[in-house]
Amino acid sequence: MIGFVLFFAWLGFGGDYIWALQGHHPFPWVGILLTTVAIITAWHTYKTGPEKVLWATGAQELIDPQTDAERQVANVVDEMAIAAGIPRPRLWIIPDDDPNALATGHDPRDSHIAVTRGLLKICNRDELQAVIAHELGHVKNLDVRLMTTLAALVGAVLLVREGMGRMMRGGGLPTRGGGGRKGKSAGPLIAILLALWIISWIVAPLVTQLLALAVSRRREYLADAMSAQFTRNPLALASALAKIEGAAAPTTAIRSGAAHLCICDPLGRRLTNSEGWLADRFATHPPMSMRISRLKGMGYAQLKKEGGLPV
Amino acid sequence: MWVLLVLVVIVGLWVVSAYNGLISLKNQTVNAFKQIDVQLKRRHDLIPNLVNAVKGAMDFERSTLEAVIQARNQAVKVNASGPEAVKQISQAENALSGALSRLLVTVERYPELKATGNIGQLQEELSSTENRIAFARQLYNDTATQYNTKQQQFPTTLVAGLAHAERTDLWEIEDQAERAVPQVDLSRR
Repeated sequence: MIGFVLFFAWLGFGGDYIWALQGHHPFPWVGILLTTVAIITAWHTYKTGPEKVLWATGAQELIDPQTDAERQVANVVDEMAIAAGIPRPRLWIIPDDDPNALATGHDPRDSHIAVTRGLLKICNRDELQAVIAHELGHVKNLDVRLMTTLAALVGAVLLVREGMGRMMRGGGLPTRGGGGRKGKSAGPLIAILLALWIISWIVAPLVTQLLALAVSRRREYLADAMSAQFTRNPLALASALAKIEGAAAPTTAIRSGAAHLCICDPLGRRLTNSEGWLADRFATHPPMSMRISRLKGMGYAQLKKEGGLPV
Repeated sequence: MWVLLVLVVIVGLWVVSAYNGLISLKNQTVNAFKQIDVQLKRRHDLIPNLVNAVKGAMDFERSTLEAVIQARNQAVKVNASGPEAVKQISQAENALSGALSRLLVTVERYPELKATGNIGQLQEELSSTENRIAFARQLYNDTATQYNTKQQQFPTTLVAGLAHAERTDLWEIEDQAERAVPQVDLSRR
C-alpha cells in the first residue's frame, strides 16, 4: 500500500517538482488536479462497486430459502458470521453451474457474499462452511474494501493518463520554457527527472495492476488461514479447493473485473496453475497446489497437536 | 530537559493506547459471551417446535424425546450470574447437547424416518443450532484468551490494574462423557 501512495505522489507532484526546478509554476496545480480527479473517480467506483459486481454476475439475493440446499447455505452463512464475530452478510446466489464464490462490500456491516449454484451442488456441508469462512475472512480483513479501492485506483490512473497524453500532445507544455533562470544549474538533473517521470506515466497502468495483484495474492493466503481459524478444519477447505479446481470450466457469469474477489480464478486461466516468475506476477490468485499444500500443512499440525496422528 | 519531556509524552501515549486496547478487548469478551447466550436462547426456543414436529412420526421413541424436553427445561431454569455463571450454564447446556445428540443418533437408526422431508429439515436445523453454539463458544474462548494474554503480558500488565482487567474463565466441557474420545472398534471377531 505504501508503494501505491508513493507512486501516486510521484505521478502527481513529481511533475510539479520538475516544473518548479525549471522556475515555472511554483503552485503544484498538476498534483492537485490529478489528486482531485483520482479521488472523485475512486469515490464513485467505491460507492457503486459492490452493486455493479453483483449486477454483472446476475446474482439474486436469497431472502426466503426454499430448497434444502438453500436452507443449508443460509444456515452455514449464519454460523460462520457467528464464528467470525461479524454481522451476517447478505447472501446472493449466482445462477451458474461452475463452482465459485465471491465477497464484496465496504465493511463488515455492509458486506455481500455470493455463491454459485454449482458450488452448492458439489460441496458437502463442511466444504461449504470452509468456502464461506474463506469469504468471511476477506470481509473481516477489510479485503473487500481494499480490493474495491484498488480496482478504483487502477481505473483512475488509466483515465488520467489518457487526459494527460492528449494535453501534452496539444500544448507541448513541459518543454515550452526550455531552461529557466535556475534551470541552468540543474539542467541534467531536470532532464533525468523528466525522463523518469514520463516513463512512469507510460508504465503507470502496468505498475498499479502489478501492485494490486501482489496485494490480492497475499490476501488469498490470509483468507485461507482465516477460514482454518473459523472452522478449525483446514482440510475441508483443501478438499473444497480441489473440487473447485477439478471443475475446470470457467465461470462465465463472472467477468474478469471481479476476478480478484472470487475464491479461485473464475477465468480458468492457465497462469493461476503454473509457477514461475511471470505467473507469480500476473495471476490474481496463488497457484492452487500451493494453497492446498499450505492448508494440508495446517491440518497436519493440528492433528499432531491433538495427538490424533496415526503412529 | 527536552528529552525528559518527550519521554513523558511517549510513555503517556503508550499508557493511553494500552489502556484503551484492554478496555476494547474486555468489551469484546463480554459481547462474545452474550452471543453464546443469544444462541442458547435460540436453541431453547427452537426445541419445543422441533419436538412437536417429529412427535407423531417418533411415537415409539418417547423416552428420547422426553429426555430432550427435560434437559431443555433444566437449561432454561438456570439463571445464574457472577463468576460461577459460566460453569453452571455450561453444565446444563452440555446435558442438553447430550440429549440432542442422542436424538440425532436415534433418527439415524430409522432410515425410513429420514426419507420424510420433516426429519431431514429437523436434522439440518439441529446441526446448525449445535454449530452456532459451538462457534459462539469458539469466538468467546478466542476473545477471552486474547484478553487474558494481553493483561498478563509485560508491559501491558502494568496498566491492567488501572483498567480493572481480570482473568476471565474459558468455556470448558464439564461433562466427562462428552470429553471422552469415542472408542470405535472395527476389528472383526
